[in-house]
Amino acid sequence: MVDAFDEMTGADGTPRPAYAQLARWLAEVRPDVLDFRRREAEVLFRRIGITFAVYGDPDAQERLIPFDVLPRILAADEWQIVRSGLEQRVQAINHYIRDIYGRREILKAGIIPEDLVFQNPVFRPEMNGMKVPHDIYVHIAGIDIVRVDPQTFYVLEDNARTPSGVSYMLENREIMLRLFPELFARHRIAPVENYPDELLATFKSIAPANAGAEPTVVLLTPGVYNSAYYEHSFLADKLGVELVEGRDLFVRDELVYMRTTQGPKRVDVVYRRIDDDFLDPLAFRPDSALGVPGLLSAYQAGNVTLANAVGTGIADDKAVYSYMPGIIKFYLGAEPILRNVPTWRCREPEHLGYVLDHLDELVVKEVHGSGGYGMLIGPQAEKHTLAAFRAKLKSNPTNFIAQPTLALSTCPTCVEEGVAPRHVDLRPFVLTGADRVRVVPGGLTRVALRKGSLVVNSSQGGGTKDTWVLDG
Amino acid sequence: MLSRTADNLYWLARYVERAEYLARILEVSQRLTTLPLAYAGSSNEWDSALATAGCVHAFSEIYSQASEETVTDFLCFSAANPSSIRNCFEMARSNARAVRTALTVEMWDAINGTWIELKRFGNGATSRDEFMRFLRWVQENSLRFDGSAYRTMLRNDAYWFSRLGVYMERADNTARILDVKYHLLLPAHERIGGPLDYFQWAAILRSVSALTAYHWVYRESVKPWLIADLLILRDELPRSLASCYENLVLYLDHIARAYGRQGPAQRHARAIRARLENSRMEGIFQNGLHEFISEFITDNNRLGAAISEQYLT
Repeated sequence: MVDAFDEMTGADGTPRPAYAQLARWLAEVRPDVLDFRRREAEVLFRRIGITFAVYGDPDAQERLIPFDVLPRILAADEWQIVRSGLEQRVQAINHYIRDIYGRREILKAGIIPEDLVFQNPVFRPEMNGMKVPHDIYVHIAGIDIVRVDPQTFYVLEDNARTPSGVSYMLENREIMLRLFPELFARHRIAPVENYPDELLATFKSIAPANAGAEPTVVLLTPGVYNSAYYEHSFLADKLGVELVEGRDLFVRDELVYMRTTQGPKRVDVVYRRIDDDFLDPLAFRPDSALGVPGLLSAYQAGNVTLANAVGTGIADDKAVYSYMPGIIKFYLGAEPILRNVPTWRCREPEHLGYVLDHLDELVVKEVHGSGGYGMLIGPQAEKHTLAAFRAKLKSNPTNFIAQPTLALSTCPTCVEEGVAPRHVDLRPFVLTGADRVRVVPGGLTRVALRKGSLVVNSSQGGGTKDTWVLDG
Repeated sequence: MLSRTADNLYWLARYVERAEYLARILEVSQRLTTLPLAYAGSSNEWDSALATAGCVHAFSEIYSQASEETVTDFLCFSAANPSSIRNCFEMARSNARAVRTALTVEMWDAINGTWIELKRFGNGATSRDEFMRFLRWVQENSLRFDGSAYRTMLRNDAYWFSRLGVYMERADNTARILDVKYHLLLPAHERIGGPLDYFQWAAILRSVSALTAYHWVYRESVKPWLIADLLILRDELPRSLASCYENLVLYLDHIARAYGRQGPAQRHARAIRARLENSRMEGIFQNGLHEFISEFITDNNRLGAAISEQYLT
């Protein structure tokens, strides 16, 4: 394994400026104190009930996500670069989706192959020619970023559908404030607690024109069995909006209502945490009981805003990802501020050839996969796994992309043997409203707790950290 | 407030109340079966437990014989019985989880703690001792949940819907006992009455935790028509039909005032309450106790439907 860049000690082993205070504190603090705080954190999480479900594991209906008490720290200037790169990227994504469901100039210009769009199961013909409020499709984006050296941040993945994880960002900070007041006293850390306010302001800005002065926002959840249900109820609570299921809503005369104890109440903005497929059984999967019959017709009539819009999957597909630098150049006429990880598209024969020849060096991902499921990490895979994957690749190459195995940066992390470096990524959340773009400083840092592991997903044994952006 | 949230709160309270009621019925049956046959009468107490739990039909689909073993299993632990104590707590907890943020921490702790502890009892009790402890445990947990709701909830619609659940369930339960045991309470019974009936009467009072209350209210030995009076008409007894309806009218009025609108549920509840207030036991016996109870059960179900229609769907 290549040597990874450590965000605390850098190349030469001396603490980098952003981590200077933390390094000093770590040198002073007694190991049992750290261990005590760690156990305290776990008790707090358990009491608050922050859980997530793991699909296919019946005993893990409600499981705790591991939390690491050492913060991940970004200097103000580092964050400035990331932030401007995020804004640029999300702006381009919104232009792109509007174009795909509109004039399709990017296809005419030959920048993206047509079949990648039209034969993509997440492409929604229902959206063709439809005008969405303020031309915004992706109101909430979660952009996954990894770092490989002091200068280079790569975008690993765009999440333009229903990105999750923001509740951990908020809860992690709350818990850190309780457990480490002395560490906070040594730093000036940009706050994140205003995220729900920013989110609500974003929703209000995108309400349909015929909504009242105080638009009604609801959060639509698939229900208690969804892996992110905790987050849904957490956010609804913080936003002060109703947490609704499909059966709580109905559509009459192309208007959306929720069933309340005081009769039907008009709904203007739906923050939906349900996939397109399940939104409306009349328009999409007829067997879905999670959605609201007629929701799409109300949406098309402009009487309700869905956040995010329908059909945004054509922007965060892993095959489309590889075209993102071209997309940014095409719409904004600028070079991407955040780079893409070099990506081989297995749909192209010469790329596939390369991938098959170098399988043991590459990370191979499913185009529509998420959560770290169905992914191959070449250098860590057994021989027979490689062989099996090779066969899968050959039989259905369009389903895969491949990337070099990146040496993700590491951060000091509390593990069994003490404090040790572990690989991390970062998911900041970008909010796009009619009035402006809002990015709360930082985001969710995920950490691969197993030594040497590069997989940070919570479903695969990853944990989280609080993320500090230093203020000036 | 979302109708579904109100519905969850209402059913959460109903299921907890039902679990407690089942535990009390079983405790009483258990006690009667320990008496010599001459005292307890020859009727099968377990049949009657099933009837008061409203489970005769569901039971007969699984078992052929009502015995201590089959009935306690069915009413306490059976997964096949939707109203077993275990399922009541399961349902209560899943209703609670769906409205987690509408509950106070204390309520959540109470119901979630009960649900976690329930696993300790596994698939049944290994001995009579343990079984009796289980029944006590059920009642204590119901009290704890009810107490946390009473002490910690804001007095707004969420609280009122939760109370409606308690009193709807309670009225139904008391009426069901009367429906099954009414023949023991007819005045004609006095003449036949012997020690046998005393234990049956005491059992009825125990199943609504009113044996001591009876003596406080009447200061007399146990008389069947007074039992009927206590369970039907006396406001002072928390589980009497009259008391349940006093509360149902009260909480429905709170809701109507907050929402600025009266509806069928309020009118219906007031009508039933007026009937209870204007009734005297002599009249009820004259027109038939059984008819009175049957009519009440129908009316009570109709109120449940009206509440559901007006607020919960």
